[in-house]
Amino acid sequence: MVRLLPLIVAVPLLGAALLVALGRHVRRAVAETAGCACAAGSAALAVGALVLTHGTAVTWAGDWRPHHGAGVGIVLVGDRVGLGLAALTSLLVVAVLAYSWRYFEEPPRGHAGAFPALVLLFQAGMCGFALTGDLFDAFVFFELMGAVGYALTGYRVEEPRPVQGALTFGFLNSLGGYASLLGIGLLYARTGELGMAQTGRRLDAAGGPDALVTGAFVLLVTGLLVKAAAVPFHFWLPDAHTVAPTPVSMLLSGVMVELGVYGVARVHTTVFAGPGGIPAAHFRRTLLVLGVASALTGAVMCWQQRHLKRLLAFSTVAHTGLFLTGLALMSDGATAGVCLYVLGHAGTKAALFAVTGILLDRYGSVDEHQLHGRGRGAWRLGLLFALGGLALAGLPPFGTALGKALVEEQADWLPLLFVPVSAVTGGAVLRVAAGVFLGAGPVPEERPGRQETAGDEEKPETGGLLRWLPAPMITVAVLLLAGALAVGTIPGLAEGTATAAAAFGDHAGYLAAVLDAHHSTPAAEGEWWTGPGVALGLLSAALAVALAVPAVRRLLPSGGWTGPLRRLHSGHVGDYVAWTVAGIGLLSALTWW
Amino acid sequence: MTGPLAALPYATAAWLFLAGVYGMATSRNLVHAVGCLSVTQSSTYVLLLAVGYRRGATAPVFSDVPTSVPVVDPVVQALALTDIVVGATVTALLLALVVQVDKGHGTVDPDELSELKG
Repeated sequence: MVRLLPLIVAVPLLGAALLVALGRHVRRAVAETAGCACAAGSAALAVGALVLTHGTAVTWAGDWRPHHGAGVGIVLVGDRVGLGLAALTSLLVVAVLAYSWRYFEEPPRGHAGAFPALVLLFQAGMCGFALTGDLFDAFVFFELMGAVGYALTGYRVEEPRPVQGALTFGFLNSLGGYASLLGIGLLYARTGELGMAQTGRRLDAAGGPDALVTGAFVLLVTGLLVKAAAVPFHFWLPDAHTVAPTPVSMLLSGVMVELGVYGVARVHTTVFAGPGGIPAAHFRRTLLVLGVASALTGAVMCWQQRHLKRLLAFSTVAHTGLFLTGLALMSDGATAGVCLYVLGHAGTKAALFAVTGILLDRYGSVDEHQLHGRGRGAWRLGLLFALGGLALAGLPPFGTALGKALVEEQADWLPLLFVPVSAVTGGAVLRVAAGVFLGAGPVPEERPGRQETAGDEEKPETGGLLRWLPAPMITVAVLLLAGALAVGTIPGLAEGTATAAAAFGDHAGYLAAVLDAHHSTPAAEGEWWTGPGVALGLLSAALAVALAVPAVRRLLPSGGWTGPLRRLHSGHVGDYVAWTVAGIGLLSALTWW
Repeated sequence: MTGPLAALPYATAAWLFLAGVYGMATSRNLVHAVGCLSVTQSSTYVLLLAVGYRRGATAPVFSDVPTSVPVVDPVVQALALTDIVVGATVTALLLALVVQVDKGHGTVDPDELSELKG
């Protein structure tokens, strides 16, 4: 099974190559079946590796193993968290391909393989990034998922808005990627190694950190934080989500952003967590500041949106902030909680995007004001959307609530951040659900001149407006939400996650597993629902409802105080690049001083 | 090469990175901004090659020299080559998107593209 690890990346790559080569000559159903089969094959391999193996699976490409600690081989490391993310990615790709089955209209007529091929390439990049144990490979996979991500975001290339969002995405992610490569170059200069484990061991042997190691850390983490959309590197994310096709948004929000968070934690634990790396207190401070800032910014901006996709995008920023905050605690329990939170969030957010996509295809708009009351007949859609909102707020027994509860147990002050932020993001979704599907409250009045993005210019992704609810789309949304529910209700998953998190945070254990083939399984007790955890989950769900009700009746103040924050999101590439550089400065200050 | 001159390649890399970033932040033309992104990326080439440079060493090809001859680090050259491929892909893709922006909006000035905001 360990030998099959490279296939998780290779199968979608091969599938994409075949689809590009033969896509012109096959019918659409054939191309999509082939795409689904490749994605599902990769998913089966990843899940199989998770279930059938124990500990960390290590594969050296071409059997080029290191001798006496030195070597030029490239390594794939399937530890539990990496394999879990590869499995999540692959399963979500299958869901996305099923969602776009036949109904998703594709511009390049006569090339049925184009869209599935791009999605498979995206999957290969994400799985490779999750499984690689080599810094330079991580950069290449980072750029692969980046470049494919830009292409997918600007997929409807004939329309003006998508290309604009894709450009912003491209500029910022590439800039971040090049910063990361500079960091990798500096690390190579110091250690002469590119493997994460080898680099970590050499740094530890060299003694305490100096300016070069700190600089390398800051540059390396910059790219990953851009991908993770942490404030102030987050500006590309809402713009990309606003315009990306719905299936692409599901992947961007569901796993790609989370992979950025994973990259930060992975690079830190493998390379910088030892005595030669970054002091733990500095790392904790850095992640805490960025995490709390992202959570608050995301929540405030999410509440202000009327463009549904943009609203969901900012809720992703908020939740990424919560993930970063959880990882900043650097305890196994918190990491396990974040893992479950990511799983639950992926299902919930993808389901919410799926329902939003159906709204767009049926009513030709994703604007909260324009859709007001138009979804009255579609009670099933409304129920799904509202359930998604409650799950986002953290209603037990959804996986989001379990993950959130496990993190909150780690420190007394954490509920003060987690409960309001998740309640606001969930409340915003509930507000939309009540307005659109129940027609509750007065129709929101237009405020011309306001700094905002309306959602009435988006075009349906199907050939024309749908008159019925397409079965594959609804089924996918239901299954995704059911998946989020399963994360919180299957005890075995929480136990497995606890073991995975304990191994993930073990710096010495990772080095020994990769370089010395010495496997140890740290004992970990899986936490499960506790009384306070359930109570906090119910509290944030209740708070979300309590926020949504007066908001629907227009009893809340209009939020004019958020004007300055909204104006920062100017949509101008130059501004965002400047923010990224300011972010590098902030990171340096937090890490060094 | 010792003394202040030894730091010159690294200073060049830092300068290229900052010059590219400054260009992107102040650009009035998206084609120019894509060019600036390439300038930023060229800082990674300079840094990688500087890291692997050895004074008095030759190219890492052993077909016509004995294996005892010192050579520069071939790993960073492989990295730089991969990096160039990545850069070419990204530049081509972004330029294609700029062409589409021009078709859709009739302008490539980022100051006039403000549909996504707030």
